[in-house]
Amino acid sequence: MQGFASEFSSALALILNGDAELWAIVLLSLKVSVFAVLISAFIGMPVGAALAVARFPGRRILIVFMNALMGFPPVVVGLLVYLMLSRSGPLGVLELLYTPTAMIIAQVVLVTPIVAALTRQVVEMLAEEYSEQLRSLGVSRLASVPVLLWDARLALVTALLAGFGRAIAEVGAVIIVGGNINHVTRVMTTTIALETSKGNLALALALGAILIGIAVAVNAMVSTLSLRAEQEGLRHA
Amino acid sequence: MIRDIIRAALIAVGLTAGLANAEEPFIVVQSTTSTQNSGLLDYILPGFEAETGIDVRIVAVGTGQAIRNAINGDGDVLLVHSKPAEEKFVEDGWGVERFDVMYNDFVLVGPKADPAKVKGGKDIVAALTAVANAEAPFASRGDDSGTHKAEMRLWGESGADPTAASGAWYRETGSGMGATLNVASGMGAYALTDRATWQSFGNKGNLEVLVEGDPRLFNQYGVILVNPEKHPRVRAAAGQRFIDWLTSPNGQAAIASYRLDGEQLFFPNAK
Repeated sequence: MQGFASEFSSALALILNGDAELWAIVLLSLKVSVFAVLISAFIGMPVGAALAVARFPGRRILIVFMNALMGFPPVVVGLLVYLMLSRSGPLGVLELLYTPTAMIIAQVVLVTPIVAALTRQVVEMLAEEYSEQLRSLGVSRLASVPVLLWDARLALVTALLAGFGRAIAEVGAVIIVGGNINHVTRVMTTTIALETSKGNLALALALGAILIGIAVAVNAMVSTLSLRAEQEGLRHA
Repeated sequence: MIRDIIRAALIAVGLTAGLANAEEPFIVVQSTTSTQNSGLLDYILPGFEAETGIDVRIVAVGTGQAIRNAINGDGDVLLVHSKPAEEKFVEDGWGVERFDVMYNDFVLVGPKADPAKVKGGKDIVAALTAVANAEAPFASRGDDSGTHKAEMRLWGESGADPTAASGAWYRETGSGMGATLNVASGMGAYALTDRATWQSFGNKGNLEVLVEGDPRLFNQYGVILVNPEKHPRVRAAAGQRFIDWLTSPNGQAAIASYRLDGEQLFFPNAK
């Protein structure tokens, strides 16, 4: 472990000095995870909101199930998606295995329960708060979903960030369905796993530092955006 | 806010579409971590790609998993190192034909303190017996990889049953060669590794090569085209070109010329 600190800083310098290959990897990580979070938002938010306002038998069980899915092991998700997309699997004809699309699919499976569960919680609280107003306006429960989602938008940004955090940091699923193929499906986390297995611990750690940096930057960006939206909202009110 | 989200979504859609349209011909090769971690494939593949315009996509896993993936049809070519398992793969109809490509050897690495006193020995089986008798820590792949299969064959010859001590001095990591070497390095354990991964490994710590040169440590690599009769979507023509190139004078010369720290890691021996 001697000289680890100097090894680490030289690895970090090497990376930051515009290594084109590394930035391609960073960009692919961002593309895959951002896209996965957006798809999860389109699925998870309506589902979560509907579960918040609708009343039907089995609803509690569904909510418990959805909350449990937040802890779905990524390796299992990777395995399930692999079995679906494999040439021997039901969706093999699509030839999606070992492509970025396969990684997006795996991350959507991982992120959607988080978005749905957090949306359900936020919207349920809001629905209770607004229940009398909504009733006096004669809005049905399901019809109130878009209004509630719009009103909860700032809290929902946090749900999306939680989902993004899981997607960008995840390695078990994307390494199975992506295959960690150089220039095709190699992302930050699989690169870190690869460098660790080569024993290049300083380089792996430096890559980890970059990943954290990206996560901080994305969170800062989104929180600035939502702060500005909040202020605008106050001004209009 | 919503407008921002929609704009981001549109950008993401555009980017993903951009990912997909770089469609040049490619093949997927199921291979092992040793060929990738050692840097061999990164070194020889540009030559093939320049010659043929075929992009080679390597999925580097253990031999056992590579073979299972190939049986599922998730690869066009199999490049691994466990001859008995490869021959069974072809026999069962999953592969077309097996060709020798190259070889290197396994080495026994261990802590400099060498509690089992095996350093400098030429007999790997005697060395493993000594490790078992000393109950010195031993890190095994435990993942059905080519190296793990070779290790289990050698334990079989020694007569010792290490799996009985699993969790005690015998530690099965269930992961790749590099991860297993990290474990061995961390706890001062012995480990069997292919020489290529060892040479290129960056976290050797207190470990060094203790036993090498036994003919039983020979490590042969073979290449097989996945059978298009079993999986019609196998890119057979492009896959066969890759196999032909690997076993051709050009491919063999490329393998022979790869050096790491001045040392040759793989020795071509296609017939």
